[in-house]
Amino acid sequence: MIELEGVGYRIGKNWLVRDINITIEKGMLWGFVGPNGAGKSTLLRLISGELLPTTGEIRLLGTPIHSYAPQKLARLRAYLQQKRDINFPFTSLEIALFGRHPYLNGTKETTADLLIAKEALRQVEAQMFTERLYPTLSGGEASRVDVARILTQAPDLFLLDEPTNHLDPRHQVQILNLCKTICRHGKTAITAIHDLNLASMYADHLLLLKNGVSVACGPPKKVLTLGLLSETYGIPFEVLPHPDGYPWVMPSLNPS
Amino acid sequence: MFVSMQKRTKILLTLIGLLPVSMCVAAGIGAYQILPWRIPEILFFRENGFAVLVHVRFPRVVLSAAVGAMLAISGATLQGIFRNPLADPGLIGVTAGAGLGATLWIVLIGGGALGVWGLPIAAFGCGVLVTIAVWKIAEEQGRVRTLTLLLAGIALNSFAGAGIGLMTFLADDEELRSLTFWLLGGFGGATWPVVFITLPIAIIGLSVLLRQAAALNAMSLGESEAYHLGVSTETLKRWSVFGVALTVGAAVSAAGGIGFVGLVVPHLLRLLGGADHRYVLPGSAVGGAILLVSADLFSRTVVAPAELPVGIVTALIGGPFFLWLLLRFKREVFL
Repeated sequence: MIELEGVGYRIGKNWLVRDINITIEKGMLWGFVGPNGAGKSTLLRLISGELLPTTGEIRLLGTPIHSYAPQKLARLRAYLQQKRDINFPFTSLEIALFGRHPYLNGTKETTADLLIAKEALRQVEAQMFTERLYPTLSGGEASRVDVARILTQAPDLFLLDEPTNHLDPRHQVQILNLCKTICRHGKTAITAIHDLNLASMYADHLLLLKNGVSVACGPPKKVLTLGLLSETYGIPFEVLPHPDGYPWVMPSLNPS
Repeated sequence: MFVSMQKRTKILLTLIGLLPVSMCVAAGIGAYQILPWRIPEILFFRENGFAVLVHVRFPRVVLSAAVGAMLAISGATLQGIFRNPLADPGLIGVTAGAGLGATLWIVLIGGGALGVWGLPIAAFGCGVLVTIAVWKIAEEQGRVRTLTLLLAGIALNSFAGAGIGLMTFLADDEELRSLTFWLLGGFGGATWPVVFITLPIAIIGLSVLLRQAAALNAMSLGESEAYHLGVSTETLKRWSVFGVALTVGAAVSAAGGIGFVGLVVPHLLRLLGGADHRYVLPGSAVGGAILLVSADLFSRTVVAPAELPVGIVTALIGGPFFLWLLLRFKREVFL
């Protein structure tokens, strides 16, 4: 689906991301984890085509990402941003319908587009504020509407920057379940995520980053280990096997 | 959504219906009164009042409609580009630039040089030049950051303002008077030649701006979101600034500095039918035309036979009206 080869990104003298080599297969749910400023969001923005890598190359479906026209690219990948502020009185439904923009070519939305948007809102349990104005929604409600927007966009590759921020446990699990389902249907998702346990529960594959460099890459069991976590975050950790089989991670008070 | 789409269509159709009505009423009222429904008869049979209608009232009404449409749609566009409902068409420097051009012309060269054309050409040229300067300052490796564009606009606005101030200081009494009148805005100079030059610019500018509406919707999510939705944001900004410079430049050259139309009209449209730019942009154009036709009618009748500068009327009505809007709807619009 997507390949990164020697990808680095520099602002001035600072490398935000350096020498990343990964290949992400179709149908996989990837998690980018690591401390604040590790380069998770930068890497996502590079993959989205928004940023131009200083070194290396990113290929989507075998084609360099920057040779796609913006509209064509928008049909292939969607991006969920962390922070949003909208100053105009759009309704939630209108925000969700914006996901159809890459398909419109200057025409009006059809009834089919409207049904897609409504279905997306239903999938994130946002159907009850369809007609509410987006700026009046709470942080978590707005996040769900934004997720509905990228579902409406119907891409092959979902890039999600902290999709579970502001969400209560129910909706955190719901959004990640949704990602999982999407991936089972042949789509691909990459999510930057701080919550290591959610990452452990849901991701097929993790990339652990520190200072823009890949520390470890592999399935959660290989990446979420005591040694790697303590080294990356600089604090002691406790890693236990969760009854469901995945590693269960928490910071520990006592250095072991 | 589809219900509100029908509502928007209704609002647009109502406005489009009101425009010719307001224009006919405005064409009829004045020192020589003509009943609006007698206009076709007078035109056809060349009855009394034909000359007044054709040579005085019509150019004035058409010009004020065009200027109102251009100012309002430009305001709506810049509000979309800057993602801020308080943006004003003057933000990218074109209004202050045109003002500077006009004052330089009046004070240094003399208002009468090159006949009626000198002043508007100087104003238009200077307004467009200042906008190009703002754009060039904000441009970096082929990209324009919206925030830099805004800051460059503010900087050059104050610079042009200083220039206007200096010219005011240097002006003698007579120059000062024509300068003041020009800056306050008005349609006293409306003639067919002015209309024939302004109208094509208005049509080009409006059609350029109307085509940006769908992309402006995506832009209201943020610039990178717009990119992720497939919008070429640089192209969008370029065409929008081009359209705004063209229309506001032409509007200010034709009628001087008329405030508040570009700020209030898009707001009013959003309150009536929501924020979709595919509705707000055309609605603002028609609404701005109606508003300015009415404001001009007011300005030339309220102290007849004298004339109030129309900029005073728009500010006088627009200011308190805008405040009322803020207080009444601040929760819905600004939360």
